[in-house]
Amino acid sequence: MFELLGIPPQALFGQLLLGLINGSFYALLSLGLAVIFGMLNVINFAHGALYMVGAFVAWYLMQYLGIGYWGALILTPVVVGALGLVIEKTMLRHLYKLDHLYGLLLTFGLALILEGGFKYQYGVSGQSYPVPAALSGGTNLGFMFLPFYRGWVVALSIVVCIATWYAIEKTRLGSYLRAATENPKLVQAFGINVPVMITMTYGAGVALAGLAGVMAAPIYSVNPLMGSNLIIVVFAVVVIGGMGSIFGAVASGYLLGLMEGLTKVFLPEASNIVVFLIMVVVLLLRPAGLFGRER
Amino acid sequence: MFKKSLLAGVALSAMLSGAALAEGLSGDKVVIGVLTDLSGVYADVAGKGSIVAVEMAVADYGGKVLGKPIEVITADHQNKADIAVNIAREWIDTKGADALVDLVTSSVGLGVQGVGGEKGVVTINSGAATVRLTQKECTATSFHWIYDTYSLAHVTTPSVVADGGDSWFIITADYAFGHSLEADAKTVLGELGAKVVGSVRHPFPSADLSSFLLQAQSSGAKVVALANAGQDTINSVKQAAEFGIVAGGQKLVALLAFLSDIHSIGLELGQGLLVTTGFYWDLDDETRGFSKKFFDKFGKMPTMVQAADYSATLHYLKAIEAAGTDDGKVVAAKMKELPVKDAVIHEGKIAANGRVVHDMYLMEVKKPSESTGEWDLYKLVKTVPGAQAFQDPAKSGCALAQ
Repeated sequence: MFELLGIPPQALFGQLLLGLINGSFYALLSLGLAVIFGMLNVINFAHGALYMVGAFVAWYLMQYLGIGYWGALILTPVVVGALGLVIEKTMLRHLYKLDHLYGLLLTFGLALILEGGFKYQYGVSGQSYPVPAALSGGTNLGFMFLPFYRGWVVALSIVVCIATWYAIEKTRLGSYLRAATENPKLVQAFGINVPVMITMTYGAGVALAGLAGVMAAPIYSVNPLMGSNLIIVVFAVVVIGGMGSIFGAVASGYLLGLMEGLTKVFLPEASNIVVFLIMVVVLLLRPAGLFGRER
Repeated sequence: MFKKSLLAGVALSAMLSGAALAEGLSGDKVVIGVLTDLSGVYADVAGKGSIVAVEMAVADYGGKVLGKPIEVITADHQNKADIAVNIAREWIDTKGADALVDLVTSSVGLGVQGVGGEKGVVTINSGAATVRLTQKECTATSFHWIYDTYSLAHVTTPSVVADGGDSWFIITADYAFGHSLEADAKTVLGELGAKVVGSVRHPFPSADLSSFLLQAQSSGAKVVALANAGQDTINSVKQAAEFGIVAGGQKLVALLAFLSDIHSIGLELGQGLLVTTGFYWDLDDETRGFSKKFFDKFGKMPTMVQAADYSATLHYLKAIEAAGTDDGKVVAAKMKELPVKDAVIHEGKIAANGRVVHDMYLMEVKKPSESTGEWDLYKLVKTVPGAQAFQDPAKSGCALAQ
């Protein structure tokens, strides 16, 4: 059996697969960020906090209403999306005329408030959320033990990413959206209700964060800090992919998951900075990101 | 302004000539500062519960010592040593703090202990793990209450090895605490003739530990040990179950886990885990009595850190009463003379290096079927006498214990 730098191939395949699983979360979250930035020009710093809220909503549903994972998978994005609508309608809306920085500051403040509130209520140890019965257990792939649930996460995230990309790039609604970003006044003149479309887009973007939260709940403990641990990496992913590029966000999400997986084999201590190193290199060579266009 | 400079003057002269002023109380009251993590990763291990525990101790003591009031002040050090040291200085210089307690997080503990030593103020650490607190960096007024990395390694490790766990893989959090715990565990394993087949250091904090667990799984070690804490441990245990590590026949050992961690993990995933602790609420009538009162106030059972804050505050107040003063050095000497005896630590004594020596308990996390309630989490495997669990003070390298 051949070995690569002293690492047996089984271990390598295993780590690559794990990287792909983490990449699924990066892709789902950066997708939502990219949609919001692309359509609204808002850097949504509350994304991590809304992902955390998503996990908590799933936990509430289970704890107080007895609704399990599958129900939560449908209901949570709706709840978090509705929260997004409220945020857009009551707060974000008033900032569009101002510099991007104001949207960033507002959402950053929201993130702190959400996190602080949950921390006050639930502490930091987190709540336990079980893996759904239908997906418990796993299978031995020969080179690693793959829990069924992790396989499901990869499959579901790929489906959601493709569906979102398709909706924006290939449907009529998507074309309205893209047009509205380029020239809102003109699109409105054609009789399309642009403000409602923008609100719905923000809602959909954060609903994706809520969905990622439900998917994460059985893997990580549901705790108020889970979003802030992840959001910085996800921002780096979006920057690497190219701000506002849907395809870029998804592709670089998976790619960076893989890179991180590899680093965990060769130099585990560096695995939390590798994403940022790549970001620096990409920004130096291609300031608009791997898949972005210069504006 | 006048009062401030007066207090500073008093503090200064107390420092210069401790013995001459060693009668009565500075500022006509005793001020206990609870410096803890109120918002970060250790907020459940210590945090607000630590404040509750100290206030309970003050109330149980009667609210007064030597006929004078006891004041409790609190602050969040955010797990940052520089912030903690600044607060400690401010408290000592302007608020007349006589003792600083809790001090969770090793870097904070070491920093604040340095300030206390320099100013002659009692520092009682019940939260941090590093054994360095009672080694070279010990001071005449420093104490380490309920556990340390040495005892964690020396209670859990031998019983796992005795149980047939003779090859280990260690997953370590990549910072001072993790390194020190890993080193202590490796020393014990070496002495016992067990093999360490590998170890890996993960960034702190890490949400996804599956990759390190996979390395542990493929190493073929009989025991997978976690030298991390808090959220990292919770995620490690959860994900180890997911990847079938325990189901595959490897034994999972968490070298440090608090009651709040196990509560969060839940019995389904945590069952069978071995945990070393200096306190558990359900040991006897006394611990149950104290914990019940704590629960009524706080809504959660106390962790060993919170319980230690209670015990330490009571002991400190007793020593003031016995010494007739709140002068740091005099009280510290008295604390080392008196036996530690309360609802948390029934029989303890304090060594010259400030180490509180008492029984430690090896616990096993219950199966869901064995548990009768939300907090019924542990069953006692073994009581390890203090002399065996803690480092021999003479070998600690602390100048006071030579």
